[in-house]
Amino acid sequence: MFGKLTWSAIPFSQPIPLIAAGGVALALFAVLGWITAKGHWPYLWKEWITSVDHKRIGVMYVLLGLVMLLRGFVDAIMMRTQQATAIGHAQGYLPPEHYDQIFSAHGTIMIFFGAMPVIIGLMNFVVPLQLGVRDVAFPTLNSTSFWLTASGALLVNMSLVIGEFARTGWLPYAPLSETTYSPGVGVDYYVWAIQISGVGTLMSGINLVTTILKLRAPGMSYLRMPMFCWTALGANMLIVAAFPILTATLGMLALDRYLGFHFFTNEAGGNMMMFVNLIWAWGHPEVYILILPAFGIFSEVISTFSSKPLFGYRSMVAATLFIVVVSFTVWLHHFFTMGAGGDVNAAFGIATSIIAVGTGVKIYNWLFTMYGGRLRFPTPMLWSIAFLMTFIIGGMTGVLLAVPPADFMLHNSMFLVAHFHNVINSGVIFGAFAGITFWFPKAFGFRLDETWGKMAFWLTLAGFLIVFGALYVLGLEGMTRRLQHIDFTEWAPWLYVSVGGIGVMMLGVASQIVQIVVSIRNREALRDETGDPWDGRSLEWATSSPPPVFNFAVLPRVHGEEPYWTIKRTALESQGLGDEPDYEPIEMPRNSATGVATAFFATLIGFAMIWSIWWLAALGFVGAYATFVVFAWRDEEEKAIPAEEVARIDRVRRAARQAWLDANREQPA
Amino acid sequence: MASRAARLLPLLLLLGGCSGASILRPGGPISANNRTILLNSLVIMLAIIIPTMIATLAFAWWFRAGNDKARHRPEFVYSGRIELIVWSIPLLTILFLSGLIWIGSHDLDPARPIASKAPPLEVQVVSLDWKWLFVYPAQGIATLNQPVIPAGVPIRFRLTSASVMNSFFVPRLGSQIYTMNGMATTLHLQADRPGSYYGQSAHYSGDGFSDMNFRLQAVPAADFTRWVAGVKAAGGLLDGPAYAQLARQSQHEPAKHWGAVQPGLFDRVVAQHLPPAPGPEQGRDGQPQISPGTAE
Repeated sequence: MFGKLTWSAIPFSQPIPLIAAGGVALALFAVLGWITAKGHWPYLWKEWITSVDHKRIGVMYVLLGLVMLLRGFVDAIMMRTQQATAIGHAQGYLPPEHYDQIFSAHGTIMIFFGAMPVIIGLMNFVVPLQLGVRDVAFPTLNSTSFWLTASGALLVNMSLVIGEFARTGWLPYAPLSETTYSPGVGVDYYVWAIQISGVGTLMSGINLVTTILKLRAPGMSYLRMPMFCWTALGANMLIVAAFPILTATLGMLALDRYLGFHFFTNEAGGNMMMFVNLIWAWGHPEVYILILPAFGIFSEVISTFSSKPLFGYRSMVAATLFIVVVSFTVWLHHFFTMGAGGDVNAAFGIATSIIAVGTGVKIYNWLFTMYGGRLRFPTPMLWSIAFLMTFIIGGMTGVLLAVPPADFMLHNSMFLVAHFHNVINSGVIFGAFAGITFWFPKAFGFRLDETWGKMAFWLTLAGFLIVFGALYVLGLEGMTRRLQHIDFTEWAPWLYVSVGGIGVMMLGVASQIVQIVVSIRNREALRDETGDPWDGRSLEWATSSPPPVFNFAVLPRVHGEEPYWTIKRTALESQGLGDEPDYEPIEMPRNSATGVATAFFATLIGFAMIWSIWWLAALGFVGAYATFVVFAWRDEEEKAIPAEEVARIDRVRRAARQAWLDANREQPA
Repeated sequence: MASRAARLLPLLLLLGGCSGASILRPGGPISANNRTILLNSLVIMLAIIIPTMIATLAFAWWFRAGNDKARHRPEFVYSGRIELIVWSIPLLTILFLSGLIWIGSHDLDPARPIASKAPPLEVQVVSLDWKWLFVYPAQGIATLNQPVIPAGVPIRFRLTSASVMNSFFVPRLGSQIYTMNGMATTLHLQADRPGSYYGQSAHYSGDGFSDMNFRLQAVPAADFTRWVAGVKAAGGLLDGPAYAQLARQSQHEPAKHWGAVQPGLFDRVVAQHLPPAPGPEQGRDGQPQISPGTAE
């Protein structure tokens, strides 16, 4: 009846996961209870869960990502403390079969369910606003993408208490991930969680590419798009090109595991090297999928707070597209140590270093954006400067690893761990924090508290430098990664340093949480009345904060690279906002439960496949197909917002802009 | 360049604390060359990275909003000359580095023999769950978790795996290489001086992975001959059945010796005439081990 699922799947003998799961369950029930008691369910269902508004979906993506980043950070704390308490004859507090799950879950959660949702969420929220349009190309598909990602995150977290997670590392290298060496359900959890969320990510990529290519405000040619839209276009083209490789690779692994195929096995002509090849053919573009939108965020932030347009805009576009293309030609640098020979290693080593050219160009253009500017330093700008300073170091160590003879000694070492955390932290995570602080007032109508934001910034930066500085040294000392206990005692001092660093980082994370709480409590004082709290330059700042559901009452007409800056200059010069436009009714897509229903059935399919509950898998499939049929045969897909309603909403915004104009009347720039 | 790298070295050693497994303390020609390339690349890049970092801080400080002396130039958004420079600097650096990569990749290809008057000694390595087997085909002996090599003699390692992937890595001797079932990789290393060198698997291979470390003993040539004779005298035969027993999963295996090895054992592992290792014992035959809690 329940396949492999029995009571023995719950680790009653393991206090750590049980207590953790108990805590999470308690918190979850407390939140659900609070929602029920306060009667918020109808609001949540109508305004968020079934919403197809790109802004709401973007916010939910970011929220999911932040919660998962926190979850992955807990894994990180456990890894650092385990290694520091398991030196010499000590074994620490996590046995190998548990520790191995933790580092596998850490990588999986951080990349797939932490960094990706935050970055996709920011693109979802910002791109249509910057393009001056009302939504993405396929709003219901967008909601489905989000809920499928959430479904994958749910499955990964279920593995904490029901069964086990993969003990293979975040990329389940064959043949370790084959049934011979990993007979448990851990790898199956990995496969189904990533397959389900991967479909969501692919659809999200198609959606955003279509939006950017086909839906732009009148006059917004490609070379007038804000830099963030360009990097989002690059990242989403990479998603469309790379994610099918991931799906196919994990599909083959699933065939090996479920139906006895031999794609990657030791026996019967399987080839484990093909798994490594394919997974990195996805895996290397994946890091650029994460970093490109972050580059876009830094471009927007540095330009805005330098009070200057982005320097060398066309050069930046060229560098972005250069990175998009070259990122597909470097994957072999992940396995120089497989013995491919001098020619192959050299070719991929050179290709890898060449990618640094595009990044180098970007760094210099950001520098010259600051040159001659009038720099302000609120939190988003601090994250950006810290990014410039630390990302260069990560880039440098990356090029070192791209030199095959150096990689022969640094491959899989703590130096490598330090390198990719260096680039992903200072690139993606600092970028995400910069973006979240930058666009938070746009999403919620009030700014985040600056004092706590700066506190969080300095603590996080300091902790990050200490942890990964120590790891760099450990790599040079010859320490390899993923050790559950350390027999070689000379590494101990640096392991202790890294624990100290993660303690500082914990304070940084705590400050971020305090920042959000304090900001919500002081929201009236932090209110953004004008919709333009940072003196912004692109179209998202032309809307009110938060923007109305239709974003723009009348689609803006774009005449240059910085449309909103132009609108502001014109208003100041002519001392007026211009005539009120003729408002027309706006058709917006209806809410739809399609996304959440699809994800519900997808979760059933995933869980059933993991535990071999075949009837439930069939039920899930029928349910998902029925959801699709119901959606495909819908009668009404849009609802009209009457012209009077549009006018009423937009007049409020115009009044706020008029007030801003009156305040700035004396000193036109 | 080399002299600058040499001047930088003490600083790095200070940072590294100079431990017994440090890759910055080479114990042989391969690691010495690897280190030279590492440090040269580092210096080439630092030459542009340090000025860039200084410029970042300088620009951010000088052009702060409160500084009235700084000239505000909001119209300074493009300069062909600057674009030429910002594309050229990274491009030229990478061009320079590419030469280094091309030459280094060929010179230090793990499969390339080390030039030496002494003929190389062949050592065959099999990674097992979770221990290392070393076979000396010319001597006809084998050891578990305890490699011994003559110092000053190039060693030709041929490597494979009994089950999952591992990576054979002796940090102070230099390059590592993967071991894979059904395939043989080749790696040339040499220890210049006698000593004990920390070695480990550098590729995660399952629950017993953390115990897959060993001390590689490099001894004077005479001592090596004596050691071989001693192992031979102690007896024991490593043949197919003994290997199959060894291939079962186990952890914390103490060092072990065999005075005789069935000829061609390594090649039979590579050709899978000796089948891949069985993996975990529990959880087979349709009753998978589903939670770590139920393992023991």
